[in-house]
Amino acid sequence: MKALVWHGTTDIRCDSVPDPQIEHPRDAIVKVTSCAICGSDLHLYDHFMPGMKSGDIMGHEFMGEVVDVGAEAKGALKVGDRVVVPFTIICGECDQCKRGNFSVCERTNRNGHIAAKAFGHTTAGLFGYTHLTGGYPGGQAEYVRVPFADKTHVKIPNGLTDEQVLFLGDIFPTGWQAAVQCDIEPTDTVAIWGAGPVGQMAIRSAVLLGAKQVIAIDRVPERLDMARAGGAITINFDEESVIERLNELTNGKGPEKCIDAVGMEAHAAGTVDAMYDRVKQAAMMETDRPHVLREMAYVCRPAGTLSIPGVYGGLLDKIPFGAIMNKGLTIRTGQTHVNRWTDDLLRRIEEGQIDPSFVITHTVPLDQGPEMYKVFRDKQDGCIKVVLKP
Amino acid sequence: MRYETERTRRRGHADTATDTLARGLGLFSIALGIAEIAAPRALARALGMKGQEGLIAGYGVREIATGIGILASKDPTPWIWGRVAGDGLDLATLATALEGNNPKKTNVGIAMAAVAGVTALDVYCAQTLSRESPHPLPPMQDYSDRTGYPKGIEQSHGAARDFEVPRDFRAPEAMRPYTQPEAPQRPMPSM
Repeated sequence: MKALVWHGTTDIRCDSVPDPQIEHPRDAIVKVTSCAICGSDLHLYDHFMPGMKSGDIMGHEFMGEVVDVGAEAKGALKVGDRVVVPFTIICGECDQCKRGNFSVCERTNRNGHIAAKAFGHTTAGLFGYTHLTGGYPGGQAEYVRVPFADKTHVKIPNGLTDEQVLFLGDIFPTGWQAAVQCDIEPTDTVAIWGAGPVGQMAIRSAVLLGAKQVIAIDRVPERLDMARAGGAITINFDEESVIERLNELTNGKGPEKCIDAVGMEAHAAGTVDAMYDRVKQAAMMETDRPHVLREMAYVCRPAGTLSIPGVYGGLLDKIPFGAIMNKGLTIRTGQTHVNRWTDDLLRRIEEGQIDPSFVITHTVPLDQGPEMYKVFRDKQDGCIKVVLKP
Repeated sequence: MRYETERTRRRGHADTATDTLARGLGLFSIALGIAEIAAPRALARALGMKGQEGLIAGYGVREIATGIGILASKDPTPWIWGRVAGDGLDLATLATALEGNNPKKTNVGIAMAAVAGVTALDVYCAQTLSRESPHPLPPMQDYSDRTGYPKGIEQSHGAARDFEVPRDFRAPEAMRPYTQPEAPQRPMPSM
């Protein structure tokens, strides 16, 4: 089969690889009908996340049709079922899964010991996202093996297009969880850094949840355009001071809820801390560039919440913890507990409250994936979200 | 990445951080040039290069010309590369002052280190600018109709207020000051 394979920094190729097979009775094989490039794939493309090996298949946002089912998954799935596959692989049986904390499932990361060394404890297995999370082959491929398939799926009813439901596997629940972590009140201003795909979903989620005011911060004109279409007030951080503008929009009090939909590769033109991060990162003395975290901690209203869906990988420098502590800020973060939200979100799509397909700007065949990584990374051609068709 | 903001004069060039750096280098060039023209004797004395005041002033003219080129051109890339060449000339000239028994060798060493540092910035800036596309970009995409709300934003705003935030995601009651009805506030006392 064809698959997008990681070979090194900014080196992804469409290769022929062996078809996946059932390896465990709980497995299923899915024929991928649509998959997407996620913003967090770019951390692998640029090799900011450790733990990739040449030959790894990329992709953790995909859906398709079940074509083979292991004996123990047959009660939950059958050949022909149409499914979205969440990027977090879940067993559904461990203590964390029982609590709905699916992204920290204790049993699905087959390299849990490596994750435990890096993070103190294991986290869930993920598709196509380094050997720290199990080294499972990803879904930017014609076929994919889904481990723990009896639990790791969302069944899709007929009548909905791939484009409407594909993002239930990652960016929609991720933006949703970011907003839910804010526990939004009708009086809240929610400021969202990053108007990429997750940021766009967080904007819509905050609007659906009834925030008084949603503000999006970015500098790419097309992203800001799309954010305004979703109901956000926009701030172009290249043209105006984020802190001054946020204070102006909140009568000097700052937003109650702040969402970091940027993560480890923040760009911030001309700020001292951004240049400092660049230098330290180049000297291998810092893994992440946490400009957004610093700005959020500074501008967030006292007793407010910082919600962090943006991916961070390692050690962060010069975090203003004095501001966080003295202002009594709450920090909520984590990979997304996808299955915790998908039933509710699927209903909202069916009811027409939201149609996540608005975010798709490019749809191309799988073999054009490698070049689309670059287009997406460099925000060329108005690219916000790429869907690949195997 | 593409920027079409008022601050970006070079459409098609991506990184405004690099634009800012280029402008900074242009201003630095002019400032250094003025210093070299205004005080060539003092500089020559400090570096133990007496008799080379004319050369220093000439280098000042070069710096100002390069600085103006960077700030005034639509694409500063060749001018930044010009700065790199000038840095090489400066280093070579300073190296001649290390020969013989120049009593100001320490100052010369410091000056060379400073020039080397600026050279690194110049090379970084020039390389980054050279990597960017010189071609004009296609027109901006219009996403103003990409609302994501099939029933319209008015109907969708607050449509998910029926959602019950799970207990473990809720803010503690004691941390919900903004839900309280606003009491009339007394003026802040002066202290």
